[in-house]
Amino acid sequence: MSFAAHLINGISLGSVYALIALGYTMVYGIAKMLNFAHGDVIMIGGYAVFVGVSNLGMNPLAAIVVSMAVCTVLGVTIERVAYRPLRGASPLAVLITAIGVSYLLQNIALLVFGSDTKAFTNVVTLPNLELFDGQLVIKSVTIVTVIVSVIIMIGLTLFVKKTKIGRAMTAVSEDKGAAQLMGINVNGTIAVTFAIGSSLAAIAGVLLCSAYPSLTPYTGSMPGIKAFVAAVFGGIGSIPGAFIGGILLGVIENLSKAYISSQLSDAIVFSILIIVLLVKPTGLLGRQIQEKV
Amino acid sequence: MALLETKNLGISFGGLRAVNAFDISIEKGQLYGLIGPNGAGKTTIFNLLTGVYRPDEGAILLDGVNLTGKKTIEICRAGIARTFQNIRLFGDLSVLDNVKAGLHNHYQYSTFEGVFRLPRYFKTEREMNGRASELLRVFGLEEYAEYKAENLPYGQQRKLEIARAMATSPKLLLLDEPAAGMNPNETKELMDTIRFVRDHFDMTILLIEHDMKLVAGICEKLTVLNFGEVLAQGDTQEVLNNPEVITAYLGE
Amino acid sequence: MKKAGKLSKTTKNDLITYGMVILAYVIVQLLVSTGHVSSLIQGLLVPFCTYAIVAVALNLTVGILGELSLGHAGFMCVGAFASAVFSLAFKQTMPGGPRFLIALLIGAASAALVGFLVGIPVLRLKGDYLAIVTLAFGEIIKNIINALYLGVDSRGVHFTMKDALSLNMEENGLVLIKGAQGVTGTPNDSNFTVGIVLLLITLVIVLNFIHSRTGRAVMAIRDNRIAAESIGINVTKYKLIAFTLSASLAGVAGVLYAHNLSTLNALPKNFGYNMSILILVFVVLGGIGNIRGSIIAAVLLTLLPEVLRGLSDYRMLIYAIVLIAMMIFNWSPNAIFFRKRLRQRLTAGRKTEKEEA
Repeated sequence: MSFAAHLINGISLGSVYALIALGYTMVYGIAKMLNFAHGDVIMIGGYAVFVGVSNLGMNPLAAIVVSMAVCTVLGVTIERVAYRPLRGASPLAVLITAIGVSYLLQNIALLVFGSDTKAFTNVVTLPNLELFDGQLVIKSVTIVTVIVSVIIMIGLTLFVKKTKIGRAMTAVSEDKGAAQLMGINVNGTIAVTFAIGSSLAAIAGVLLCSAYPSLTPYTGSMPGIKAFVAAVFGGIGSIPGAFIGGILLGVIENLSKAYISSQLSDAIVFSILIIVLLVKPTGLLGRQIQEKV
Repeated sequence: MALLETKNLGISFGGLRAVNAFDISIEKGQLYGLIGPNGAGKTTIFNLLTGVYRPDEGAILLDGVNLTGKKTIEICRAGIARTFQNIRLFGDLSVLDNVKAGLHNHYQYSTFEGVFRLPRYFKTEREMNGRASELLRVFGLEEYAEYKAENLPYGQQRKLEIARAMATSPKLLLLDEPAAGMNPNETKELMDTIRFVRDHFDMTILLIEHDMKLVAGICEKLTVLNFGEVLAQGDTQEVLNNPEVITAYLGE
Repeated sequence: MKKAGKLSKTTKNDLITYGMVILAYVIVQLLVSTGHVSSLIQGLLVPFCTYAIVAVALNLTVGILGELSLGHAGFMCVGAFASAVFSLAFKQTMPGGPRFLIALLIGAASAALVGFLVGIPVLRLKGDYLAIVTLAFGEIIKNIINALYLGVDSRGVHFTMKDALSLNMEENGLVLIKGAQGVTGTPNDSNFTVGIVLLLITLVIVLNFIHSRTGRAVMAIRDNRIAAESIGINVTKYKLIAFTLSASLAGVAGVLYAHNLSTLNALPKNFGYNMSILILVFVVLGGIGNIRGSIIAAVLLTLLPEVLRGLSDYRMLIYAIVLIAMMIFNWSPNAIFFRKRLRQRLTAGRKTEKEEA
């Protein structure tokens, strides 16, 4: 049974990674930039729910909606103020700026909320699922997380394939200049991408903090980086890839914690990133892009 | 024997046949033009000749040495140098350093000798400076030696790219649309430069160009490419009067 | 032609950098000997040098090679632990001077080796991937060192990833690395003078490297990889040389760091990716590719929070804002275009003035 329990914990963690990775992969696929601050948007989303529920006494669902709104505005603002001026600049400059934004969000949170750990109240109040006479307990938050991430993954895939904005996103990701010539508002499309990615980050933040109920200004950074690993693992830019990569990464991390070494589990997760990039740099479901001479 | 010879060169990208059965033979000292409509595969041929792409079939011989499937840097050492359609200079380096980078394989000292400034560093750097300045003088760029390359006027950037290619002491120089984006005056100056390079360095030159005046003015031989295949080949005037070529360019 | 005997602009620039460091050293020593330096600042003198060295090292990767490494704290970590283990093992049996010299070489060489091994796979990647993989390597290095136990006794060297007992040491054996507790009792072999000497050596190496044939090849690759290949420059080789050198110098900073403290731990705050990002902040604020700027930024940003204690809450916030503003100001295509226009207008103005005169 313990293997099954570890596996389920892994899937639970993995679906949080998957949710974060979906945001990464959307932004990377379309704006072609690594939004290093994505993990910190998650943290802000967590704090928004925390303040809503604990300080303002809001209904958890209402708090989640508020949190999504906060993160959407935040994501779009970050894009407008910090990233848009650098469109067309060297990728190095964009990445360093994103790191600066990540730093900024962490330190704003540090100033506003302090460095102490906040005990996050689980917003999923459904009963846990008990199997085999209580030998195997699946927490309700795990079930909700998995279901939510699957729904979002499918929703996003349909959105990108079927809607006008979604197709505009694909066009922008292929060729910004050509998309512009075809009358697509490139800046607007990228802003929408950030809005979607950031509202997903809010949901990921809530579920992350519900599953692992402690919240600090640095809560988002490590899961953020690991989710990027998951996005690369699955093939960056690919929505199903991000989902699969996230789940696999969560499972690998939890199993190595359980059976190899809890201290080395991060090292193992990062080794996977390196191996993937060396063996199949495009990830499980990614595509090859060649530089034009 | 011809300096450059290709036999039955071909490459496909996915299902697209970009270049098919391409044969060319360029004599030493010739000024050879490669023309054709957009997308005919001209730059692809340059990329094949310089090892950016590996040909699917066929062979490339330079001075009788088989270069097929060799890497870019090996081909450079074997003696083919090129310029690019969209200028590719080392923008942040000085004009002089751009040319010195071109001299890289001809003047050697180790990283250790460079870091600790052993005698060979000073001696070699002095020689490199001399040779690079000489090349800059030849191309009329000496007054810009200390400029950052990206701050040069457009026409001078084109010249610098040729100077850098010449610094590798090639046997064959490939010029990819050297006159692109130039006004008639600059084009005229460029024609003089190309002719001068051929005469002064006794160089063999293969160039891609859209400017028919330039092509007719300086090329001795032409190959016309259309949809990846050779449409016509021979003396410039003959080729330009070939009805098939005129159709390919002007349409029916 | 340049007049013989006249120094070129770059040589002059380098001399100013050396001069600045030496002058700072002389002034500080004078102030210390006359008792004008608080013990707080005295305690910061070696960290100044440490961070200046690692900032210069990272600038070699970011500014000269043009790739972003987020793993330099990891290379610093390797240099620190390798040298600390050596110094601890030979604490009783070797005099301080030669011991430190050997420790320095060991630290630099082991960081270089790790940098080389990391570089082989990593440098095949581009941009964002390269950054994230170096970050990953930095974390792996930190994790492994945190789980590592290393000891030495008369039977030889023992190591394990489990716990101190699993080392199976003899009674009189010496445990060198105690897992997360790190290395304790490293001899305090470094001081400000040693730090300044190491900083100067680092500067000589980096500045001479930049102006050598190798450095030119590296910068050519940075500016245009395809063109560099077309003129016969071996891209992989030169990237690897620059990256290895950069890692090795970060290792030197680690050696200095380790021998300034009696206890050495691989904590997130000193060797984690947050440290790597702080080093990057030094490099960016000092100017990417500007070696002298890295030193000034490293010293100022280490000094400021200690002097302005009251502002310490806001310091990171301010760094972050300045970092973003600097990047946008320096790299935004619009800003670059604006500056170019401004410069053209200024030079054009000067020309017409001349003509009129």
